Amino acid sequence: MAKSTKVSVGRRGFLKRAAAGAAAALAVKPGVAGAQAPAEAARPAAPPASARQVALETAPPPRADVYTTDRPGADFMVDVLKSLNFDYIFANPGSSFRGLQESFINYGKNTQPEWITCCHEESSIAMAHGYYKIEGKPILCMAHGTVGLQHASMALYNAYADRVPVYLVLGNEQEIAFRRSDVEWTHSVQDAAAMVRDYTKWDDSPLSLGHFAESAVKAYKVMMTPPYEPIVLCANGGLQEEPMPEEDRRTLRIPKLVIPSPPAGDSAAVVEAAKMLVAADNPVIVAGRVARTPNGIKLLVELAETLQAGVLDRRFRMNFPTRHPLYNVGSVTTADVVLGLEVPDFWNATHTQTPINRMGMTSRPTTKAGAKLITITAGDLFSRSNYQDFGRYAEVDLAIAADAEATLPALIEACKRLMTPDRKRVAEERGRKLADEHKRTRDRDFDLAAAGWDASPITTARLSAELYQAVRKEDWSFVSDTTFVSWWPLRLWDFDKHYQFIGGHGAYGIGYGAPAAVGAALANKKHGRITVNIQCDGDLNYAPGVLWTAAHHKIPLLSVMHNNRGYHQERMFLQDMASRAGRGIENTHIGVALNEPNINYAMLAKAYGMYSSGPIENPKDLGPAIKAALEVVKKGEPALVDVVTQPR
Amino acid sequence: MKTLAFVTVLFTGVAALAQQTTAPAGNADNGKKLFVRDGCWECHGYAGQGGRDGVRLAETALSAAQLTRYIRRPSGAMPAYIDKVLSDAEAADIWAYVKNLTGPKAAKDVPLLMELKGQ
Repeated sequence: MAKSTKVSVGRRGFLKRAAAGAAAALAVKPGVAGAQAPAEAARPAAPPASARQVALETAPPPRADVYTTDRPGADFMVDVLKSLNFDYIFANPGSSFRGLQESFINYGKNTQPEWITCCHEESSIAMAHGYYKIEGKPILCMAHGTVGLQHASMALYNAYADRVPVYLVLGNEQEIAFRRSDVEWTHSVQDAAAMVRDYTKWDDSPLSLGHFAESAVKAYKVMMTPPYEPIVLCANGGLQEEPMPEEDRRTLRIPKLVIPSPPAGDSAAVVEAAKMLVAADNPVIVAGRVARTPNGIKLLVELAETLQAGVLDRRFRMNFPTRHPLYNVGSVTTADVVLGLEVPDFWNATHTQTPINRMGMTSRPTTKAGAKLITITAGDLFSRSNYQDFGRYAEVDLAIAADAEATLPALIEACKRLMTPDRKRVAEERGRKLADEHKRTRDRDFDLAAAGWDASPITTARLSAELYQAVRKEDWSFVSDTTFVSWWPLRLWDFDKHYQFIGGHGAYGIGYGAPAAVGAALANKKHGRITVNIQCDGDLNYAPGVLWTAAHHKIPLLSVMHNNRGYHQERMFLQDMASRAGRGIENTHIGVALNEPNINYAMLAKAYGMYSSGPIENPKDLGPAIKAALEVVKKGEPALVDVVTQPR
Repeated sequence: MKTLAFVTVLFTGVAALAQQTTAPAGNADNGKKLFVRDGCWECHGYAGQGGRDGVRLAETALSAAQLTRYIRRPSGAMPAYIDKVLSDAEAADIWAYVKNLTGPKAAKDVPLLMELKGQ
């Protein structure tokens, strides 16, 4: 944007000068003109004044233009938002929040929060999504109330479905008189949050600075009460840019923030659940988004060990150590009690449906007759109806509407109290069998990983193994989803810390992966961790500018491409549909393949100022390429290795 | 959903018949082309190594007839190929190709995997 050529005058304190100028104008007296009377007298008489002249001389003087203020409303908004202790602001610039941006970077000194430049609003939100899952702290994001939010909306839906808090401030000009151009009309909206109200937890459009302060604090409280969800707060342009009213300067205050304690389960219901679990011969635990904090892992381990029950992980969070003998063993099909902890798709976890290769649709439970089902989830405390992320209604025997992590201490204690020597013996015997099963599964996984070891394109198993070999002696954090690489990292690596795995998209909105990894890497940076990302090619193409954000802000992130040259899941769906229709699949590359020409992600990363190598096609080149990239990351910068891979 | 459970279903479902059928000779070269054309690689991998969505096909223990029968009425989530799309002869060609694909190494033959497993 071009700088103004006007004489620069500091806006702070300028009001005095503006007022003095206005006073001087008013001080001009009608009699001043009479001082020149002698010279005028020799001239012929002037014609009578026209109506226009009379009007000009007798009308009130024009309003003195005021160019500056020492305290725009945005300064107070910054005070409010700073009180919420955000580490960063993630935003793509937008004129509707220019007042806030200026106040943050000058008045707020661009610290706590620090401004991070994003190249797309979808990236801003997804970065916040990834950051939260590592750090446990929400990020302040900003966007236009119209076009910015439209860009951001898919990422917001991902965060919503993944129960991740995001604090989104939208710029908007509600007062029509303040809209200076067609751009500001098209960038203004009557009810900005309406577009995303179905997948946010709360929103407001404050009409005054006091209103803004109260709503800003309330929004944070609502967002951080389980189930965590994004919120939206609108910042009116006039409130940002106009001076703080004198009255407000004396009276405005920032309300105190108190985060509610998370809701724990009803004590009688918890005891009932414990009785069922301890009495069971084959209890199994299904883990969804259980571990909100690192302590959640410890609690889940304690419960599983107390019961000697297998933990079936839905891979939404780092819930349970992958090398623990109770990890991913047992089965809902043989269980007599199934405990679902923060499982959003509990019905799917306990049912099977007609596969996609056949017509019609039937479903049946996968649990055995008489099995008891228990759920503990904060999801029962919050529901919206339009978007269907809530899943199918699950018929259970005991539903505890509460946060699972907050409920686990009481449940563990109740189970321990009920554990008789006889039940303990049964549990220990069960535990030995489950440990054997865990070992067999692990042996099988490593054998399966060997299949196609020397193949080109490179198998996702080998990619995962080579990557782990490079980072396993570091303090690493794996920040991408594993679904599209056959879960190999979770099958081969040793995960035991909360920050080592953060699950995936939430709503499978593709385009999450790259920005979420950058956000997660920023969170890991201050802890000195090596952040590792297996980056899907289709995902990166949504908003690759996030690579520039990583390079510009020196965010250390090791990205290894899973470059299978297509939207492969969709390709398989097309194959299914073509086969159902009996038409053959010769054309099912149309619309899903990313080739002809092949995309060179190493060149793409270089264009954004990032170290890169590849495309790697020979599996023997992979280990050394990852090692070289890791050295760059250890120096505090991002690096990308392009690897041409097998489909899954 | 196509899962590894499908592996078990496939092999237990047809392994008993493995020795009872006579495998027609297939054209492995044509089978290689069909393996790509008909998208076998999409779930089973270019090396027939198998993965999350499809079983291992390299060095398959199935006969051509068994493979063809399975392709017509798969028990898992694999798409069903009718003969109009893939003839018996073409299925036999694919069988001839995957039958001769080099089988996988065992984990014990891959030093890196053994190192990771033992760490």
